[in-house]
Amino acid sequence: MNAIEENAIELRHVSRWYGNVVAVNDVSMTVGPGITGLLGPNGAGKTTLLTMMAGFLAPSRGELTVAGQPSWRHPGVFRLLGLVPERDSVYAFLTGLDFVRSTAKLHRLADPDAAARRAIGIVNMADAQDRRISTYSKGMRQRIKVAAALVHDPRILLLDEPFNGMDPRQRLVMMDLFERMAQEGRTIVFSSHILEEVERMSGTIQVIVGGRLAASGDFRAIRRLMTSRPHVFLVRSSADRALGAALIGRPAVSGVELTPRGLQVRTSDFGTFTREIAGLCKDGGIALREVRPSDESLESVFSYLVAT
Amino acid sequence: MSVLLNPVVLRITLRAALGRKRALVFALVPTVLLGITVLLKLVAHSPVWPAEFLGVFGFSVVLPLTSLIIGTSVLGAEIDDGSIVHLLATPVSRLGVVISKFAAAVILTILFGAIPEFLAGAIAKGFGDRLTIGLLAGALLASVAYNALFVMLSLLTTRAIAVGLLYLLVWEGLLGNLIGGVRVLSIGQYSVGVANSIAHTSALNSHLTARTAIIMAVAVTLATLAVAVRRLSSFALKGESV
Repeated sequence: MNAIEENAIELRHVSRWYGNVVAVNDVSMTVGPGITGLLGPNGAGKTTLLTMMAGFLAPSRGELTVAGQPSWRHPGVFRLLGLVPERDSVYAFLTGLDFVRSTAKLHRLADPDAAARRAIGIVNMADAQDRRISTYSKGMRQRIKVAAALVHDPRILLLDEPFNGMDPRQRLVMMDLFERMAQEGRTIVFSSHILEEVERMSGTIQVIVGGRLAASGDFRAIRRLMTSRPHVFLVRSSADRALGAALIGRPAVSGVELTPRGLQVRTSDFGTFTREIAGLCKDGGIALREVRPSDESLESVFSYLVAT
Repeated sequence: MSVLLNPVVLRITLRAALGRKRALVFALVPTVLLGITVLLKLVAHSPVWPAEFLGVFGFSVVLPLTSLIIGTSVLGAEIDDGSIVHLLATPVSRLGVVISKFAAAVILTILFGAIPEFLAGAIAKGFGDRLTIGLLAGALLASVAYNALFVMLSLLTTRAIAVGLLYLLVWEGLLGNLIGGVRVLSIGQYSVGVANSIAHTSALNSHLTARTAIIMAVAVTLATLAVAVRRLSSFALKGESV
């Protein structure tokens, strides 16, 4: 088995359902060394996918292998794999060092103490390692979970919403860490519902919506898909009706609706639209008060991606 | 041995149990047992009260209830709050996890159930008395067999305490008294049987021979642990955000 196979996670037509609810629907992907972000709104199926990759859930249909073997009912896979679950529950009565050292012992590492201190150092938690986890902030608990997942130096790291609760500085430190690990040839898979987190981490993005793989590629490819979609803006001005009449004749504008909150403008070319609207207002002596994208929520972006 | 018993799992489980307020709950029932025993020692005149009280209250209430609370929580509490993932996201064998959790439950039940039963016997009759030794032997057997059953239940259902109570009240308490055959499948009867084989007193109301009791207890323990291991090997995380 070569190094790439050893680090690879492969899903072939994987589905998972709970009763009548389909959580993951016919997903096929190969995840190799580097960073892969699973991006999608809450409830999209990201956790179910990661849980299946970690072997804590059997696919209802399809095949899922980690380093060439199914992870379900194969705890041996954790020699290669580290998991940072989303749930915040850890053994709160242990100190951070106790917790990570215990994990090192469960992995039967030769020097559990040294491995634990090394992993704690990587996540910058040495100062707090002798405190009970119950006294940690959410971000600190998140980092000690990452330390425990890293303690055996895994080739593959699965992280479910790893940046939850971390402050921006901690987030950057973690992102740098994951990028370094990816450059060393490791496979890092993380889930997020926040576009900016995924944007910051270079690598492949798998967009999951409604249990399906909606799009995949690098961030720029995903971004292009998003920017070329129709945008809806809410525009408020001193003369909404006049501005609406002027806008409707522009090629970049595909629809205008006068609403009590202002003008709702649909555009297929938001770059041109945002440049033109200023000129139109100036020419017509209209005071422009607000131009606000009304559909920038991630969910609307995702639903667009699914529809295309 | 180390394949079966994982010292890290055992240590974390004991720390979790003894560090929580739950330890106070564990201590409640044996405290009542010892309190009543002291009281009876002072006021009771019947010569059979130690066997009657410690046989009935000890083997029908103290040991089963203590085992129920402990046995369902050693794995059940971690499954409920999700912390079990940190244990299972390692290559440690599922057999080792079950045996270590079971061992922790047995140790705790001996501490909070069997030793108080022995001390109560000693208060009533003295340390060297046949009844005291019999009560200890029966209590040790109960600590093992009940916990195997309750650890298994905690892996089979999220309502392990309710199901365990049903078993104790309906199967052992009600049907065990009405139908003779049920006694062969009653952990309470195994412990009374073993206790009586040493104490030899009709007041213990035993229906099984020591041989039958021990063979059945071993069979029940092995069978329930085997089911627990099988169940944990297929442990599935319930996705919160599927």
